[in-house]
Amino acid sequence: MLYRESGQFKTSYDADQAVFPILQDRLCIIAILAFAFLAVPFFINDYWANAVLIPFLVYSLAALGLNILTGYCGQLSLGTGGFLAVGGYSSFKLMTSFPELDMILVLGGAGVTTALVGLLFGLPSLRIKGFYLAVATLAAQFFLIWLFYKVPWFYNYNATGQINVFPREALGFLVTTQKADPVVRYLFTLSIVVVFALAAKNMVRGRFGRMWMAIRDMDIAAELIGIRPFLMKLTAFTVSSFYIGVAGALIFSVWLGAAESGETYGINESFLVLFMIIVGGLGSILGSFLGAGFIVLMPIGLKNLLVDWFGMSAVFAKHLEITTFGVLIIFFLIVEPHGLARLWQIIKEKLRLWPFPH
Amino acid sequence: MLFFMETVISGLLAGIMYSLVALGFVLIFKASGVFNFSQGVMALFAALTLVGLLSGTVPFTHVDNPSFAIPAWAAIPLTIIVMIIVAILIERFILRHLVNQEHIILFMAMVGLSYVFEGAGDIIWGSDVKVIDLGLPHGAWDWLLDTHGLYIEKIELVAAAAAVVLVVVLAAFFQKTRIGRALRAVADDHQAALSVGISLRYIWIIVWSVAGIVALVTGVVWGAKSGIQFSLSLIALKALPVLILGGFESIPGAIVGGLIIGVGEKLAEVFGGEVIVAIFGRWFEIDPGIFTATENWFAYVLALIFLLFRPQGLFGEKIIERV
Repeated sequence: MLYRESGQFKTSYDADQAVFPILQDRLCIIAILAFAFLAVPFFINDYWANAVLIPFLVYSLAALGLNILTGYCGQLSLGTGGFLAVGGYSSFKLMTSFPELDMILVLGGAGVTTALVGLLFGLPSLRIKGFYLAVATLAAQFFLIWLFYKVPWFYNYNATGQINVFPREALGFLVTTQKADPVVRYLFTLSIVVVFALAAKNMVRGRFGRMWMAIRDMDIAAELIGIRPFLMKLTAFTVSSFYIGVAGALIFSVWLGAAESGETYGINESFLVLFMIIVGGLGSILGSFLGAGFIVLMPIGLKNLLVDWFGMSAVFAKHLEITTFGVLIIFFLIVEPHGLARLWQIIKEKLRLWPFPH
Repeated sequence: MLFFMETVISGLLAGIMYSLVALGFVLIFKASGVFNFSQGVMALFAALTLVGLLSGTVPFTHVDNPSFAIPAWAAIPLTIIVMIIVAILIERFILRHLVNQEHIILFMAMVGLSYVFEGAGDIIWGSDVKVIDLGLPHGAWDWLLDTHGLYIEKIELVAAAAAVVLVVVLAAFFQKTRIGRALRAVADDHQAALSVGISLRYIWIIVWSVAGIVALVTGVVWGAKSGIQFSLSLIALKALPVLILGGFESIPGAIVGGLIIGVGEKLAEVFGGEVIVAIFGRWFEIDPGIFTATENWFAYVLALIFLLFRPQGLFGEKIIERV
């Protein structure tokens, strides 16, 4: 009744090529964006911004990046944590070397640096495939973390080995450090994520996205119809690393305000982001958001449930939380291996027929 | 020269320890095509269970009650029984529902399983560092130290012996027994094996039980070396480069890969800094001390270089691709 495309005729090429061809989808997106930009800032506070909304947004961005590589181009990567670290540390170096630089440019610079590093570590993918590649990307993870910990130039020779953010502005608004208004930090992150999500949505519909998917589905067949695997795998690595680099810079500068290579960007981050795209849905932009939301919110929900409602001790609750996390992941994989995005697809199919099932 | 020999030998022995972990991965990958990321945590869980039984820890309370303590001759079979029950549970609740899924889904399920093991081990047995005492010898091997001046840890020799025994037993099991033949059939082709009447579930339970026993041996040997604690589960990350170097499907690959990585790592640790300075010292000012703590990534880079020349690993089956 509500969600139906009958009667919506495409009368121009523009309408035919629209990102969201169905009117209800467009309205939905506009409603969500309006809510996120206009309503949320009114009841946001420090806790919500730092514990829920900003982590959700930055992890969505990282998940988008990994989804381009793993979901669309089919190259399994476990080096996400390392690439996040490149983003974080290069944003720190840019921030300290050019104090006048606008935060948007800092993020862009961090993204470009990470893209170059990703390009370098993507080179083996031309010869190595599948799990062998996944383990090879772990080399990137461990090497980069070691590098940022061992070479003092990266953290400006300070004694703690930690990097700390400085107050920096974007378009005249202070967006970093704890002095920044949570509303401003939230809106800044949100705007960046929205722009990148729209770009990704368009990219995967276009020429590049289709070639990536062809490589994913069968690389030899793709090569035979004239797609160059060399170029496509490397572009996927580059674009994906750009996204992940910006996410890493946001984690350091806007969300946490301080970072330490092994702590903030460890191997666990790699798995976390991989979980997000698998729980959310491989090869789906919406899935990246759903997965990030699920993985960010679940531990908070579990902790509140176990500690506050059942009154368990924090240590025991922590262990139970890890176990429950594992059980839920396995449960999800068994029930819906194609992720939350697939569930949404099924709901849409059902809505089309509702309330007349035949 | 003596120092070099000592480095190589201790590298070889460390390599055998890596091979032990990699062996568990290979077994499961061969028989079910599952990349069992949880092998490391399984080793931790098995070792925790054994220590818990030996010291009479009451499960879930983390309190030692010496009157419940079980002697080693009974505790080891009991732990093996626990690992078999775990194998049955894994087959019943996870693998059975994930037949025919893509590799990445199975892999992520195994990562999820490793979280379950980690949490369960902590909840049941507590998360403090434990010492395992099965009477395994410690310290240097005096005879070699006296006659040749070589310093070799006894525990590493025990590990080497354990690895050799395990490989011989497993090879005999795979080649000579009825079940071994069925295992090889499943590894070759799930469907063909099913069609000649081999029960996939039964085979999977057996493979996971064997992997559980390998995990127990690994856990005990590594635990005796460094204490039983959470970091024990990270040995899985040590085994991964060994695996890709040797090839996922090959038991000899796991052994040879382990040895290469063990020696390479030790040499890099000891001589890496000097080599780097010798090569790049002309152009850059380099502190030789910078090339330390490389054990986290060096093995991966070494494996990566090997892979560039042989993408299926040293002993892996040749990858044949068809459209």
